[in-house]
Amino acid sequence: MTHTATPQSSSGGDVRLHGISKTYGSFTAVHPLDLTVPAGSFFALLGASGCGKTTTLRMIAGLEDPTTGTVELSGQDVTDLPPYKRQVNTVFQNYALFPHLDIFENVAFGLRRRGIKSVKKQVEEMLDLVQLGPMARRKPQQLSGGQQQRVAVARALINHPQVLLLDEPLGALDLKLRRQMQLELKRIQTEVGITFVHVTHDQEEAMTMADTVAVMNGGRVEQLGAPADLYENPGTTFVANFLGTSNLIEAEVVEARGRQDGDLLLKAGDAKLRLPAERCSAAARTGGKVLAGVRPEKVSLAHADDAGSIADGRNRLPGRIKDASFIGVSTQYVIDAAGLGELAVYEQNIERDGRLVPGAEVVLHWSPGHTFGLDADQSLLAGTVDADAGADLDEEAA
Amino acid sequence: MSTTEAPAPPAEPEAEPLDIRKAPTRKRLVPYWLLLPGILWLLVFFAAPLVYQASTSIQTGSLEDGFKVTWHFATYLDAIAEYWPQFLRSVLYAGTATALCLLLGYPLAYLIAFKAGRWRNLVMILVIAPFFTSFLIRTLAWKTILADGGPVVGVLNSLHVLDVTSWLGLTEGQRVLATPLAVVCGLTYNFLPFMVLPLYTSLERIDPRLHEAAGDLYARPATTFRRVTFPLSMPGVVAGTLLTFIPAAGDYINAELLGSTDQKMIGNVIQSQFLRVLDYPTAAALSFILMAAILTMVTIYIRKSGTEDLV
Repeated sequence: MTHTATPQSSSGGDVRLHGISKTYGSFTAVHPLDLTVPAGSFFALLGASGCGKTTTLRMIAGLEDPTTGTVELSGQDVTDLPPYKRQVNTVFQNYALFPHLDIFENVAFGLRRRGIKSVKKQVEEMLDLVQLGPMARRKPQQLSGGQQQRVAVARALINHPQVLLLDEPLGALDLKLRRQMQLELKRIQTEVGITFVHVTHDQEEAMTMADTVAVMNGGRVEQLGAPADLYENPGTTFVANFLGTSNLIEAEVVEARGRQDGDLLLKAGDAKLRLPAERCSAAARTGGKVLAGVRPEKVSLAHADDAGSIADGRNRLPGRIKDASFIGVSTQYVIDAAGLGELAVYEQNIERDGRLVPGAEVVLHWSPGHTFGLDADQSLLAGTVDADAGADLDEEAA
Repeated sequence: MSTTEAPAPPAEPEAEPLDIRKAPTRKRLVPYWLLLPGILWLLVFFAAPLVYQASTSIQTGSLEDGFKVTWHFATYLDAIAEYWPQFLRSVLYAGTATALCLLLGYPLAYLIAFKAGRWRNLVMILVIAPFFTSFLIRTLAWKTILADGGPVVGVLNSLHVLDVTSWLGLTEGQRVLATPLAVVCGLTYNFLPFMVLPLYTSLERIDPRLHEAAGDLYARPATTFRRVTFPLSMPGVVAGTLLTFIPAAGDYINAELLGSTDQKMIGNVIQSQFLRVLDYPTAAALSFILMAAILTMVTIYIRKSGTEDLV
């Protein structure tokens, strides 16, 4: 597989992985992988625990020797170089700040190791960039989690690496601080123009920060692209479920081609659905099966009594409201669709229909253009919480 | 001979101070009840003997006429004047043994902490195994190992090592036994585990990711050791050197069994004053001088090594 993200101009270096893989005994952490991270981009490796994303990052840093393949930084093969000879710096998961050194010395560490004598000005500037100037003489354990995180970023960035590697850097922070740091990191990246490779299991984090996201699963890259692209056009059920939530419906292809509008005609239960042919990643044959997917926020709900007022040409499915939870900006419904399992619908709270309560008969409808098609030969549950329940949650094993 | 610290008071229960004040008196007294056995033990077996010893050191008299407290502090001055060479020797031998223990023990502890993998427990058992035999027996074994005409002497002799050590004044002629070398070897051997265990504990606590971070920040392995690993192991180094030096300085078994009269340490002097000469005041005074000297050295050492905020 070859994955290439769209290039951008910048001062950082690019990363090229050629056929890189890692096996531990009989366990394959990363399957042979080709990956190109263009210089200056903010690249996210997204996946659940144990998907190989951290191993991939560690191979770029030189902390792990690849079993096969090569690592290239800015056109130079660094596969056999030890970490201390690579122009790459890492922000570690738990920051790995040196507890015996104060903040100033932690940040100055890399400069001093490269024999730079007058570090004061640079360190102070860097501490200002991460807004920690007054903390210079404190010890790491005297700082809060968010402050330690910023020290870890400063300590890496001060070396002007070609590539900055971030290994779940926000994992230990609480939600609010995490949102704040996401924007902060994005701002810093834009400011310094260094290539960032960010490992995370948080899909929202990856989508907020990265220009390009590579979704990893089981040691392979499932799909790579811009966040919006991945979200709108998932190529596998794993991506469809891991990035946000998807309603996946097993459907039979009634008409594969021949229609003028280029749509496939599907039959799901008793309902007819239309799916734009270009949004179907699976080969569709008349009589074959595909998975029709639609995002919950794209679906509208109408009470069964109002079914007649739904515009023509929209995909529609009948169902009964099983559960409704009000969460402020929206209401999330779980709909029991006859013969098709449970479907999720997110309705904006603009004009609430008082009849839409659990037990009510409804019709789900959405624009056919919002439907995507996937190969039916995959698990419907891949990438969902149910599928992950048994997975090891310890990221360190990843 | 050695100092003992009172056990730290048990931590307050993890409740808000408000709750503690509200708690009934009986509950508040629980920590003190728990402390009682330890305090009693220390009073009976540490504080009382200390006071008794102190009063002995300022007594005069003889075994026949009985000893009386006469506030005779001159005993201290006389003891120093007469036995300063043994004091100096004790510090020198114990210091050398401590340094050797550190040199031998650090690599061993490092290996166990970072490289031993699944052999870790086995190696730890090997380190502790000698403790299953008595200190005395182990030292006597060294007497056989270092005996004249024994294998060690033979090998060292044929390699002309003994010529060098004799020239340095560490051995005498073709002998190892009854020389400073033998006593220092015995001390080093006997106290090595006291060095290895605290070193291992503090090395094992170091997050391996700190090594990776140092490497990531352009530190070569040697620099990583000098700038990260070693400074972080300082609590272990300090604890290990203290646990080795303090008992070694007061030890008399090694000098007794492996040395001659020329290798007498202060422990041997105190022992013979108490048990052979029966000059109790001098023996008690020597004990106090040793205790004071060790306390002073330890205090300076801890201050200098600056580990207060690391521990």
